[in-house]
Amino acid sequence: MQTNQLIALFSGSVLLLGLVAFFLGRAKAARVRAEGTAMFAQPDQYAWFAVLATAGPALVVSAAGAFLMLLLGAEIPTPFLLAASLVVAAVGLMLGMMQVRPDFHARQAIERVIRWVLVGAAMISILTTFGILISIVFEAVRFFQIHSFWEFITGTVWSPGDSFLAAAGRGDESSGGGASFGSVPLFAGTFMITGIAMLVAIPIGLLSAIYMSEFAPSSVRTLAKPTLEVLAGIPTVVYGFFAAITVAPIIVDVAGFIGLDASYNNAVAPGVVMGIMIIPFISSLSDDVINSVPDSMRQGSLALGMTKSETIRDVVIPAALPGIISASLLAVSRALGETMIVVMAAGMRPNLTANPLEDMTTVTVRIVAALTGDLEFESAETLSAFALGLVLFTITLSLNLVSVIMIRRFRDKYRVNNL
Amino acid sequence: MSHSFDDISAQLKGRHRKSARLKWISMGSLGLAGLFLLLFFADMLNRGLPAFQQAYVQVELNYNEDAQRMGRAAMDPEIAPLVSRSFERLIPGMIRDNPDLLGTTEQRWVLANSEVDQYLKGHRNSLNEAEQAAIEALVDSGQVALKFNTTFFTNGDSKMAERAGILSAVVGTVLTMLVTLAIAFPIGVMTALYLEEFAPDNRLTQLIEININNLAAIPSILFGLLGLAIFINFFGVPRSSPLVGGMTLALMTLPVIIIATRTALRSVPDSIRHAAFGVGCSRWQVVRDHVLPLAMPGIMTGSIIGLAQAMGETAPLIIVGMVAFIPDVGVSFTNAATVMPAQIFTWAGEPEQAFVEKTAGGILVLLSILIFLNATAVILRKKFERRW
Amino acid sequence: MNMHIAERSSAPMSPQESSGQETGQPVTRNPNAGHDLSIRIRDLSLWYGNTKALDNLNIDIYQKNVTALIGPSGCGKSTFLRCLNRMNDLIPGVRLEGLVEMDGRDVNAAKMDEVALRRRVGMVFQKPNPFPKSIFENVAYAPRMHDLVSRKAEQEELVEHALREAGLWNEVKDKLQQPGTSLSGGQQQRLCIARAIAVQPDVILMDEPTSALDPISTATIEDLMDKLKKQFTIITVTHNMQQAARVADYTAFFHLGEIIEYNDTNTMFANPHTKKAEDYITGRYG
Repeated sequence: MQTNQLIALFSGSVLLLGLVAFFLGRAKAARVRAEGTAMFAQPDQYAWFAVLATAGPALVVSAAGAFLMLLLGAEIPTPFLLAASLVVAAVGLMLGMMQVRPDFHARQAIERVIRWVLVGAAMISILTTFGILISIVFEAVRFFQIHSFWEFITGTVWSPGDSFLAAAGRGDESSGGGASFGSVPLFAGTFMITGIAMLVAIPIGLLSAIYMSEFAPSSVRTLAKPTLEVLAGIPTVVYGFFAAITVAPIIVDVAGFIGLDASYNNAVAPGVVMGIMIIPFISSLSDDVINSVPDSMRQGSLALGMTKSETIRDVVIPAALPGIISASLLAVSRALGETMIVVMAAGMRPNLTANPLEDMTTVTVRIVAALTGDLEFESAETLSAFALGLVLFTITLSLNLVSVIMIRRFRDKYRVNNL
Repeated sequence: MSHSFDDISAQLKGRHRKSARLKWISMGSLGLAGLFLLLFFADMLNRGLPAFQQAYVQVELNYNEDAQRMGRAAMDPEIAPLVSRSFERLIPGMIRDNPDLLGTTEQRWVLANSEVDQYLKGHRNSLNEAEQAAIEALVDSGQVALKFNTTFFTNGDSKMAERAGILSAVVGTVLTMLVTLAIAFPIGVMTALYLEEFAPDNRLTQLIEININNLAAIPSILFGLLGLAIFINFFGVPRSSPLVGGMTLALMTLPVIIIATRTALRSVPDSIRHAAFGVGCSRWQVVRDHVLPLAMPGIMTGSIIGLAQAMGETAPLIIVGMVAFIPDVGVSFTNAATVMPAQIFTWAGEPEQAFVEKTAGGILVLLSILIFLNATAVILRKKFERRW
Repeated sequence: MNMHIAERSSAPMSPQESSGQETGQPVTRNPNAGHDLSIRIRDLSLWYGNTKALDNLNIDIYQKNVTALIGPSGCGKSTFLRCLNRMNDLIPGVRLEGLVEMDGRDVNAAKMDEVALRRRVGMVFQKPNPFPKSIFENVAYAPRMHDLVSRKAEQEELVEHALREAGLWNEVKDKLQQPGTSLSGGQQQRLCIARAIAVQPDVILMDEPTSALDPISTATIEDLMDKLKKQFTIITVTHNMQQAARVADYTAFFHLGEIIEYNDTNTMFANPHTKKAEDYITGRYG
């Protein structure tokens, strides 16, 4: 509470000093101008400069102090730090006032400060990427200090708790503290569900895009595109519920009808629902790409006596292919990292199988499971979540980059080809 | 040259037939996607709408001596099993707060328990035939009925399905979104301003651009890992709080706002900038007084869409602990809270049948808010759309 | 405007002359009745929405000749050209009246399959538009679809033939598997011509085929047109009057959606019969 009051007091003082700076600066500049001296900037601009000179350094000092305390654990008493900042603010005010001279470019100084503030904002996005990378790599390295990387990549048994293994009399099978972290079954499950999702999303999405861009009258098109995009706007947790409560029982019934045995946590339900979710990603991007194929291509083909569908199949789609592949890669990357649908509808049991009707688990499910239990943060299972996250990050990052490169090539190609 | 129209037409017949197939198949695909959407909404409405009704029982309350200790004693023992235990627990407190009640009786509609509720709605329940017959008799005499479920909108979470409500999650969502917007909007707009209006075309700028596009495609759960490792473990932001949730979502929303703002800035024609430069404005004055006001509608639209996206996000919030059980509605940025999608996730995990409809009801509330937000964005865009 | 009628006795009349005069249509003449008729156009009018783009055209196109369409931009030459293989069907809001007759059939009739028409009336466009396929496939694709060739050897023979006809064979024979887009602009345009002649059409429409090309490529294509007219009827739109004078046997002058004058090229350029054509040719407007 005391800290809060101190901070309030500090903010109030800085605000007050800023106001003082504004009015003093403006008054002085106005006075100088009234004397008939030509000045480089308006009085208001001098006033704002004085405010920046007062508050800027003070905020920087206090922020640096706070950061030092956090990072290096330096013990700087808060009142002392804030007081120091206020002193800096007062000095800044004085220096700022001295700068209110006719030959000072206040406007350019303000522009420079604004520019640096904007650069700082732009850096946040880079920091975010680094933040993700560092937070994952740091913990993942700690995990790989306990468990071998090779074992993690090639192992086919994922059983983080050694208790049930030992209970089953198989404690000797596991390595490294009794638990074994072989991620192959998790990735197999992830790829299985992603594959099913793509089987649904790519044909439906691509064909919908073909219909919208080549066949549909414009009234249908203007209605269909936003309607399809509703599918992408539905929260994933809602899809997860839909998959678990509606689709999974249907799959079990259908499988039972044709004499197959399906688990309620089968891979088909989350796969299909994820596919539905991804349809608009594919259709939207493909639609844009197909529309950007120059019309002269279509006319060239039609003028040779090709039917419309032959033109689409043999000329338009091949021309749009890089863009379509790029869209599909983005979709795959999205499916790999999708969490809620699989958490709610897929199984928890790592299961290395080729049968999509069995229950299986995925990378993201295990990450959630590892981080939501009552485990301490230092445990191997918690750390394993970061190792899985690292692999997920690497795969999705590569897919995204390849996708971006392909779409750039597509654009460049048609800019050149259109002469 | 030896081909007459008739020869060619004959050869074309088969090709035309094949060609028509693509049209029908592609039309069918679009139809299928539409059908999915329709089925989905039908299913959610079917499951969720009953949640907005709740069974109530009319009981005669005898505020007698025994009821001071055990609420159940105040009610007819025939009807008491139908009443929600959450209400029974309230009776002794009511007498304590208002001693005048002692010795009086009153007729009142009170919450029924979830089994009665599920039976009345024709869902699966554990009542035996005798109990069902008793309820039927009470329905006929007008003592048990389904009424609009105000509890759902005025209560926080509860382990008893009939008392569980969405309010604490709504409040949590609002708090979290405030944090998200407060961080993502200024930073996003400033980044876009820098990239569009100030940045030189150099390596660093390209790096930032690629990075933003990439950030938009990183799985959301990885943002959760960042929130956990950096915000919570490193900076010590309180776990499960709207503050940490909002900060995590802000980083996810950032690319959406940046990309939308850049598009909006780009659509402001250069002639306006040139005109402003021409009368002696500095770069910042041009941006502040001329470009930004014209781009504002586009920026608002993009931000609303980003907000709607963040509002439906669950995975990173689970990682930073925002799946807490929050029975009381509290307005604090640093205390544990839950948000709507996380509440839906929690309810979906409850084994009781009655929670299925709560989940779907929560989903309907969330979807309504999202549809409202997106519609606002569309209207904004339509209203301020300008062709240069 | 009709004062020139008296002067045109030197050239033979087209059969529709009288009807053209009744409707107030400026004279279109049949410069050489000795050639076989390829396409007969009668009273052709076309609207884009409410704008009339072609106004009551009457013209006969003769086989195995080059017919050039000239006139200022926006005069309807390209629109007219696209009526001949019904490419205007692709533009929404186009309405058409009148007769375009080929081989004794009305090409706009409901029974006429526009795909079959385009198979017989090929087209080369303003900008080269090779398909995103190899050079070989660019040429072989359409004949294969039309069942003109099937076996690999037949295809190779046809591709070589078409590329030789288009004067491109020597330049590309060693890189048939490279993408068509890897060629230079002039080569791409000749590839498009090879593509068009590979399906053995009767008529080839050329819509300003050299406007995007350098002078040397233009000369090559002009030579090519001269060679190709032995087998095909060629109708070309051009902005370049010297080009029309060099390559065309007949020239039609378009102005504001009407054909002002249609004559053999020598007469048209040496002694135009209408004032408007003369003004255009002498560069008074255009």
